[in-house]
Amino acid sequence: MTGGYQAVLDAVTRVRGVRGAMLVAGDDGLVVAESLMEGVKGNAVAALAASLAKRFRRASEAAHCGQPRFLHLQASEGTLLAAPAPSGMLLVVVADADVNVGLARLEMLKAAEAVA
Amino acid sequence: MSQTRAVEPWALEPLKRFVAESGARLALLTTPAGQVIAQHGFTRAVDVMSAAALGAAIAASTAEIVRLLEEPAFRALAHQGYEHGVFLSRFETPRGPMLALVVYGTDSSIGLVQLFFEELVRELVAACPAPAPPRPVLAADFERDLNDSLAALFGR
Repeated sequence: MTGGYQAVLDAVTRVRGVRGAMLVAGDDGLVVAESLMEGVKGNAVAALAASLAKRFRRASEAAHCGQPRFLHLQASEGTLLAAPAPSGMLLVVVADADVNVGLARLEMLKAAEAVA
Repeated sequence: MSQTRAVEPWALEPLKRFVAESGARLALLTTPAGQVIAQHGFTRAVDVMSAAALGAAIAASTAEIVRLLEEPAFRALAHQGYEHGVFLSRFETPRGPMLALVVYGTDSSIGLVQLFFEELVRELVAACPAPAPPRPVLAADFERDLNDSLAALFGR
């Protein structure tokens, strides 16, 4: 992994409750860089999150809401966050259910700008 | 009418699940020689035969490059076009090596195809019966087998 991407991911994973962060090729759903806790299936999360983001983008466009900037999926035992980067990459975060979403969102949007 | 058909019945359900989950538009399971085991999305026999022959040829030539590189084996090849992507992979089953040729559109991705392809292989390996004992090839059997295969793949 390049040092630049690692630094970007480190800033996000420092947020309490974040289990891992990944940079994913938005169109391909493949992992570009990752910093994950053990037990998180990076390839599966990357492929499915990219697919989800693509569908949300279509839904958003169909609703005339423009491009999605941040996706927040609250599940029973965790949280999935995603922020599209201008470069076409997708920053994906897996976190605990009680993560501070506001702080994670702030760090993710900064990180997404950094990989533009 | 179902778009997924199989010459080998044990391959049908795993292929149906793979197509449903990965969003693949076309899928073809063959032997390395190009003999069709199952297909999804093809409507004409000539297209299946062409795709099977081309897939087998690509796998064979890629395997030769792999041999020159002294790699252990050819595993997978991906080609990304503007509207479609093509994924070709070789995998092992109790009946020997097989090939999968998958075509997907912009509503899927190589990541999704790879993810669910791993599950497809696991399910095929679990469902695949032990190899049948070899039997002599007779001209009459050959034609009957060919017709049976076409009927299974296209319902004709």
